[in-house]
Amino acid sequence: MSDNDPIIARGLKKSFKNVDVLDGIDLRVERGTVLALLGPNGAGKTTTIRILSTLLPPDGGQALVNGFDVVREAKQVRRSIGLTGQYAAVDEYLTGRENLEMMGKLYHLSSNDSKRRAIQLLEEFDLSEAANRIAKTYSGGMRRRLDLALSLVATPPILFLDEPTTGLDPRSRLAIWDRIEKLVYDGTTILLTTQYLDEADKLADRIVVIDHGRVIAEGTSNELKSNVGNERLELVLPTEEEVRKTIEALRTEVLRQEDNRTITVAVDGSITHVKKILDLLQNSAIEVESFTLHKPTLDDVFLQLTGHEATAAETEEDKIK
Amino acid sequence: MERSAVFWIVRDTYVLIVRSLRHIFKNLDQLMALVIQPIMFMLLFRYVFGGAINTGSTTYVNYLVAGILIQMAAFGAMTTSLNVAADLQRGIIDRLKSLPIASSAVMTGHVVADLVRNVLSSIILIAISLLVGFSPTASIQDWLLITAILLLFTLAFSWLAAIIGLLARTVEAVQWISFVLVFPLTFASSAFVPTKGMPEVLRIFAENQPVTHVIEAMRSLMVGTPMNDHALLSAIWCIGITVICVPIASYLFRKHSTK
Repeated sequence: MSDNDPIIARGLKKSFKNVDVLDGIDLRVERGTVLALLGPNGAGKTTTIRILSTLLPPDGGQALVNGFDVVREAKQVRRSIGLTGQYAAVDEYLTGRENLEMMGKLYHLSSNDSKRRAIQLLEEFDLSEAANRIAKTYSGGMRRRLDLALSLVATPPILFLDEPTTGLDPRSRLAIWDRIEKLVYDGTTILLTTQYLDEADKLADRIVVIDHGRVIAEGTSNELKSNVGNERLELVLPTEEEVRKTIEALRTEVLRQEDNRTITVAVDGSITHVKKILDLLQNSAIEVESFTLHKPTLDDVFLQLTGHEATAAETEEDKIK
Repeated sequence: MERSAVFWIVRDTYVLIVRSLRHIFKNLDQLMALVIQPIMFMLLFRYVFGGAINTGSTTYVNYLVAGILIQMAAFGAMTTSLNVAADLQRGIIDRLKSLPIASSAVMTGHVVADLVRNVLSSIILIAISLLVGFSPTASIQDWLLITAILLLFTLAFSWLAAIIGLLARTVEAVQWISFVLVFPLTFASSAFVPTKGMPEVLRIFAENQPVTHVIEAMRSLMVGTPMNDHALLSAIWCIGITVICVPIASYLFRKHSTK
């Protein structure tokens, strides 16, 4: 971490109509990495992105993007960023190509460069065939791809993605993930928000969990998970008799009995430990129907941190809108 | 290559004008929606009500055309509200605001598209009015002046409409707000009937509000009714409204993000 980090926020505050939407958010994203802002609806994710992308002035605190202050040097910030909002903000009455060329010109590329960049992005985002159709006719997945492509026209070093895959089918979601991973590989710094835990898990180098406008946890996916506890081995046995025998054989290592045929055993996650337990069962002539090794999920993390599930929507922001 | 700030303001504005002009031709339904009602009004007043309205030495159809044109232009200008509100709703304003461009460019794009749209719809309407008996006496010079007044009026109302679009936020809200604004201004005027038959208070309002001056000036140029100082007052009103509305619209556009 250094003062050269491309995204730095200190104590960001924002309230709407006396509701504190952000209550002192601190963030730091290192160059070429992905930070995921994870939280339920109304946690303050979108507000944070809007402040960092100069769309909204903060009530308190400070934010630097690419070394520029988002309030005093908004224009320089705007030259350094790409933004993809929650809704696919494409011009419905322009074709995919026209959308991209317009964006290129507004980023002050020459007419020729705008055309070239449009062709390149259409290709990269698998939209070449639909290039000359107006965006109104595009599917949800195509619109999102075009939306993401629009924010990349000027090859910005910093990208803000507000819930980039909300409402997409699994295939389109994978396509967007794929693009994001490619961008990171090419050196782009990304701040994305999501309410999908698997998305944060998959894409982010670091995760900041926010709830009610405050940072409640921060770390890598693994760090957050290890806070929640160890990995566990779940055993499904053919009969209740076998369950009784297993508990007897393993004794203290049994964490709990899930139902009359399933028990959970605490493990440290290593092969040796798992093998030891399975060997023990084999030696005691206990038949195991199936077993699964569970890593703690970010769902577990969220539940433990907030006392409510990630999907339990609290829509302060939505109520105000 | 380093260019001046003015260069970029002009180019940004040009790019966004092209965008809004494309909308006219890719969304022809919007143009149709704009022209159909005035055509219906034209036929309704010409053939159904017209016989019962006394417009002195001017035939009713000659009296009517200026009024219908201006009512259409006023409703047409409200297209800017609709398009601005639609941009807001779809997050396009957010995207454009995150770009390093002049804040006035987006609004100017919509307003200029309005001017073009209104010229197109006016040509259609005048063509139809000629079919139903409109016989203008205007010279080429008069037509140029008529066009100038129409553009000035559209400009003023489009900027007013931009403010409405920014404040209303949704397409649905724009629809009723623009109706509430345009309906009284165009009917409580000399658009369809001479003001002298109106009750005192209404007559005073009708004779002194901008829409009447604009209509009277156009009518005088088209068919030779008395001009008086209508052209001058039209210009003062339209330029005044524009000068007040442009900075307010730009301010609202910048400030707008407090949601």
